Amino acid sequence: MTHMPQISRRFFITSAGAAGGGMALGFHLPGFSGRAGAATDPAEVNAWVVIHPDDTVVIRVARSEMGQGITTSLPMLVAEELGCDWSKVRTEFPSPEENLRRKRAWGEMSTGGSRSVRTSQEYLRKAGAAAREMLVAAAAAQWNVSAAECQAANSIVTHKPSGRRLRFGEIAEAAAKLPPPTEPKLRDPKDWTLIGTPQKRLDTADKVTGKPIFGIDVRVPNMLYAAIAQCPVFGGTVKSYDESKVRGRKGVRQVVALPGAVAVVADSWWQAKQAVDALPVTWDEGQNGTVSSAGIAELLRGGLAATEAAVVRSNGDVDAALARAAKRVEAEYQAPFLSHATMEPQNCTAHVTPDKVEVWVSTQSGEAALAAAAGAAEVPPEKVIVHKTMLGGGFGRRGAVQDYVKQAVLVAKAVGQPVKLLWTREEDIRHDFYRPAAMAKFTAGLDASGMPVAWRVRVTGPSILANLFPQRLTNGVDASFANGFTEEMAYEVPNYEASYAMRTTHVPVGFWRSVNHSQNGFFRECFIDEMAHAAGQDPYQYRRKLLGKDPARLAVLDAAAEKAGWDQPAPQGISRGIALVEAYGSLCAQVAEASVGDKGGVKVRRVVVAIDTGHVVNPEILRSQLESGIVYGLSAALYGVITIENGRVQQGNFDDYEMVRLADMPVVESVLVPSGGFWGGGGEPGVPPLAPALCNAIFAATGKRIRSLPLKGQDLTRA
Amino acid sequence: MPRLMINGQTHEVDVDPGTPLLWVLRDTLGLTGTKYGCGIAQCGACTVHVDGTATRSCSVPVSAVEGSQIITIEGLHTQVGLHPVQRAWLAHDVPQCGYCQSGMIMAVAALLRENPQPSDADIDAAVTNICRCGTYARIRTAIHTAAQA
Repeated sequence: MTHMPQISRRFFITSAGAAGGGMALGFHLPGFSGRAGAATDPAEVNAWVVIHPDDTVVIRVARSEMGQGITTSLPMLVAEELGCDWSKVRTEFPSPEENLRRKRAWGEMSTGGSRSVRTSQEYLRKAGAAAREMLVAAAAAQWNVSAAECQAANSIVTHKPSGRRLRFGEIAEAAAKLPPPTEPKLRDPKDWTLIGTPQKRLDTADKVTGKPIFGIDVRVPNMLYAAIAQCPVFGGTVKSYDESKVRGRKGVRQVVALPGAVAVVADSWWQAKQAVDALPVTWDEGQNGTVSSAGIAELLRGGLAATEAAVVRSNGDVDAALARAAKRVEAEYQAPFLSHATMEPQNCTAHVTPDKVEVWVSTQSGEAALAAAAGAAEVPPEKVIVHKTMLGGGFGRRGAVQDYVKQAVLVAKAVGQPVKLLWTREEDIRHDFYRPAAMAKFTAGLDASGMPVAWRVRVTGPSILANLFPQRLTNGVDASFANGFTEEMAYEVPNYEASYAMRTTHVPVGFWRSVNHSQNGFFRECFIDEMAHAAGQDPYQYRRKLLGKDPARLAVLDAAAEKAGWDQPAPQGISRGIALVEAYGSLCAQVAEASVGDKGGVKVRRVVVAIDTGHVVNPEILRSQLESGIVYGLSAALYGVITIENGRVQQGNFDDYEMVRLADMPVVESVLVPSGGFWGGGGEPGVPPLAPALCNAIFAATGKRIRSLPLKGQDLTRA
Repeated sequence: MPRLMINGQTHEVDVDPGTPLLWVLRDTLGLTGTKYGCGIAQCGACTVHVDGTATRSCSVPVSAVEGSQIITIEGLHTQVGLHPVQRAWLAHDVPQCGYCQSGMIMAVAALLRENPQPSDADIDAAVTNICRCGTYARIRTAIHTAAQA
């Protein structure tokens, strides 16, 4: 055996270095204590910026990289203000425990809600500007000139009158000793030279050679492997298991009982998996062993009809306006539970010793992972070290809930050795925190011209916040369940009421890319099409009228329609649908072009997407995120459904929980229409418009109104 | 003890002959560039070349590939540098999270060896790997770029 790398702190560093300009995982934070020191030592100018004598700039990235490109876009925000040579930038992840130790010097590490750029852009730009001012001040002091006569660009400070120059690497150590400016001056957006440019991603070189270390790839000395069986009914517990049936199997070390689960630890994961499959376990399924999707649908229908519900937005008098409306439009919509299905199944490696708890994990929230590990090991947080790795997808699964971290720590504690716990795909799909199943009921009244004078909206389903963060409810109400029907409903309807009837099931719900916008965008934008149809009007022009005094939304809608050629007939056999959704501070419109075959087969040919994120950090990464959101939305619209029978999830793998593949992939054309002045999200806004744009195209093609998803299994032959 | 030829080197591995090749690559030999995604040959994250053919290593016991030439992502690059498929991937910034990309690249490299100028239909039929980040559009573009190389 010639090739057997062992993961260690050193391995990560050398491997990152060998990759050349790639990623360092943040175990090694140069410059923390050694602000003075040898000439080859890097200097930490501030928490975000470390400069080496050779001018290499290490920019720290506090958020998690799960494909959305923040290891490139966040450093661009720092580098824009720092005035460094972008080709000399490397990145590293500061660790959650360092963040705790340094009183959260890197702010929030949790990565979700399309927040990374939105909520950190200001302090990142300020960190870059502060470091630049310190470098300039250090150079000015060395030359004994006024800092106002000096400027920094391309990693060089220049004294303008004399032309003298100092490289960042030559003055970083002196700069690091200066007091940071209290109000560093930020550049005017019109002077940006890096923000807004299509820089290549910094992590691609590693990712085409198999080098990045994801959680599943972590190897530590003396590591054992664990496979797990969790009670198939959510909330159930382990009644008994017969360890004798697997004891003595080759490689098997130990069976560990966990809350609601049993893990088998072995010398290899394959041995552990074979053993856990062979282990007879009797479950106590609790109260929920008879719950089915049909029963959940009944519960939600009750929510649609309920007289008691929380009104989350209201204006005018809906009843009175409905009574005098020329025409009434009514419909009920539904959307299923969905699993995240990250390509990397959930996993965590843990080592618990009397001194400390160490975990290696692909997590969207290193701090939540740290808290979960501390809680499971029953140690104070300062005893925990979290090694964040690359994530094989996140989409919300790896954020709020760190269930796999807790399990890995409990197993490692029981075994007394490092253990990598890895879920099978089946465990992953059957033990998710699912996009809520939801229903909506609409009653709209149109006037004689076809425009809505009244609209009543009722949504119902299980609340994510009630499940995960009950402290965030307002008077017991999760208004976010109605996202898209509250302040983000921009259509002008003089009499409007939206209400939410919470209905809770035993199926755990969580944040799934674009969260409640994912179903509500579908509900709302399809129903707007129903109104337009009832009014006998073009659905694009109808939306334009409803957005009368809203230039920002009109601009995005128009950009998509224009690029799609809405005013021209679609090619033979192809129909178009349009949708507009505001989410995470961005406006996103899509036009889907689809054909429906004689036997009802749907083929999505082209999707045109327009987005206004305010400012754009990296247009190419934003385009990638739009493509990504469209594929995520398309998999859900075409195939996505998690059903419950006997209290358990019926799907288990990609053969029965299907995904879009290359053959399904439409052409995607993106139009960026940044209007400046604000910072909107990029990771999620591309998801919600896809399903309604597609379903509206199907209506245009067939006359069949799609009011539930997925499309698979529905009769789409012409009505 | 199964004897495997991987990336030009011979390895004797102390595993049960029924162990899937994927787990021998990853856990026994530390070649973690090849990924686990489904275990049932659905997603292609575990794709390697076995005697030049794209093969889903999660569903092949090591006993079936003794004596075969196995190439993983770690062995794909040539003496002169990156494989043309990897270069095309770089040119189009294809990866997002990157998890599925080793399998994608291996599947595409095998396709282009058999069919140097694939049509879109050829690509659809041959590259059935799953990418949850949705890099498909760039994958298609990069395949055509690699085919020109």
